[in-house]
Amino acid sequence: MPGDTTTRESLPKADDLVARHRLSTRLWHWVNAGTVLILLMSGLMIFNAHPRLYWGQFGANRDHAWLQIGVNDDKGYLRIGSKQISTDGVLGRWEDADGRSRNRAFPSWSTIPSNYDLALARRWHLSFAWLFAIGITGYSLWSLLNGHIWRDLRPRRSELSPRHIWTEIRHHARLNFPKGAAALRYNILQKASYIVVIFGLIPLMILSGLTMSPSMDATWPWLLDVFGGRQSARSVHFIVAALLVGFFVVHIVMVVLTNPFNQIRAMITGAFRVPKEKR
Amino acid sequence: MSRLITRRRMLTGIGLAAPAVVIGCDRLGSSPSFRDIVLSSGEWLSSRVHRLIGSNALAREFDPDQMSPVFRTNGNTQPRSPVYRQHQVTRFVDWRLDVGGLVNTPRSYSLADLRGKASRTQITRHDCVEGWSAIGKWTGVPLRTLLHEVQLKPAARFIVFHCADDFRGTAYYESIDLIDAFHPQTILAYGMNDGVLSVDHGAPVRLRVERQLGYKQAKFIMGIEAVASIADIGRGRGGYWEDVGFYDWYAGI
Repeated sequence: MPGDTTTRESLPKADDLVARHRLSTRLWHWVNAGTVLILLMSGLMIFNAHPRLYWGQFGANRDHAWLQIGVNDDKGYLRIGSKQISTDGVLGRWEDADGRSRNRAFPSWSTIPSNYDLALARRWHLSFAWLFAIGITGYSLWSLLNGHIWRDLRPRRSELSPRHIWTEIRHHARLNFPKGAAALRYNILQKASYIVVIFGLIPLMILSGLTMSPSMDATWPWLLDVFGGRQSARSVHFIVAALLVGFFVVHIVMVVLTNPFNQIRAMITGAFRVPKEKR
Repeated sequence: MSRLITRRRMLTGIGLAAPAVVIGCDRLGSSPSFRDIVLSSGEWLSSRVHRLIGSNALAREFDPDQMSPVFRTNGNTQPRSPVYRQHQVTRFVDWRLDVGGLVNTPRSYSLADLRGKASRTQITRHDCVEGWSAIGKWTGVPLRTLLHEVQLKPAARFIVFHCADDFRGTAYYESIDLIDAFHPQTILAYGMNDGVLSVDHGAPVRLRVERQLGYKQAKFIMGIEAVASIADIGRGRGGYWEDVGFYDWYAGI
């Protein structure tokens, strides 16, 4: 049907059950959901091995760290630059499931594995990183070939006017989401965030991850020039991970606010019920 | 129908999912077959891909003004073995590096022998598995110089480094494949940052294998052995940390 000139006449109406997500999108979404969670939580454990971040080619305990999670006088803290805030109980020092105090950056409920084990966390992280990288490469290629990216994610000229963007922001802020056939298209804020994540943050994540590999730095020395050094790449990896967590939080909040049953069904079976217009 | 997934249920689901993921992953992570199959796939894939796309690539060498002001130590900084301590007292004049195993002509080198050979000096980055990096200057004899002198037998596949230090009585050792062993930047360093290699950094000689992580850079080397398989050494995983901590044998990532 796409491209059929009669589709304008047969636009889906409210309450119709329509095909929303392709199989490739659905598969990638759920593989990703699990993979990204494992990467994030095992990544936090790897960070725990050296909870300091630096800029530049090198960085170790005697060098200046721009970010540090630590413990001072039995109180956990987070320091960014010269600003230090107490994070006692959550970061730096916290109680484990047995009520014992632990001096580690991220708490056990947020890490894989839950007890300190750098070697095992690296195994999780570096095995699932392959699954993640293969997944996004395959999905991106497939979505370019089948037109998904060009058709559904390309911002149209009319959507790029500041006025339109401002209207969308106002509607979102009032939790007033698109209804009827408009809900079947990605709005400009969705398009922008998916484009930034898929073509910006995720490639940055993969490249900064590769830059931490001494062997990849030998094979692709330009990686070090792109990020300005291995320790800078490590910092970028951590910052982009935090941005991705922000994206997932907003993503999940949006699903919760816009009929979660319908949204989750659409991502599992592909079928989506067109939301009713406002009464 | 749409009552199946309500907001409240979804939020409850998310709240229950996090601990479930942790418990599930902890269980999987302690299962030997899951560890050997799924959790070793990354190491297997990475080592093969790295060898495929860059087996001869050189690690970046830095300028003197890019070096770390302080190069921190790591691992053991003072071996306890009486034999080593005796060498330390006599400044390693009687120390000998035995190179043997699957070689045609086993040899034994004094520190003066090693210093007398053509040396290589390189300013490279040392990456600890924990995440920190330090840039230092290393001077030593290329490992391949010695390997050419002793002539490996065709069956040799790995080079094993036996060290003087130990953790709670278990001797440190490491092993690398022949691609890294013959790599031009793989050296037995006796000098560091324009001075003599100090004891806390691995005197008299430590390995520099520049495309792998810190735990591969064996310190306090006493012997080098060419072997066909690493399965019979230690617990069979190719190194001290590989044996006791499930660290990857291939530490290029």
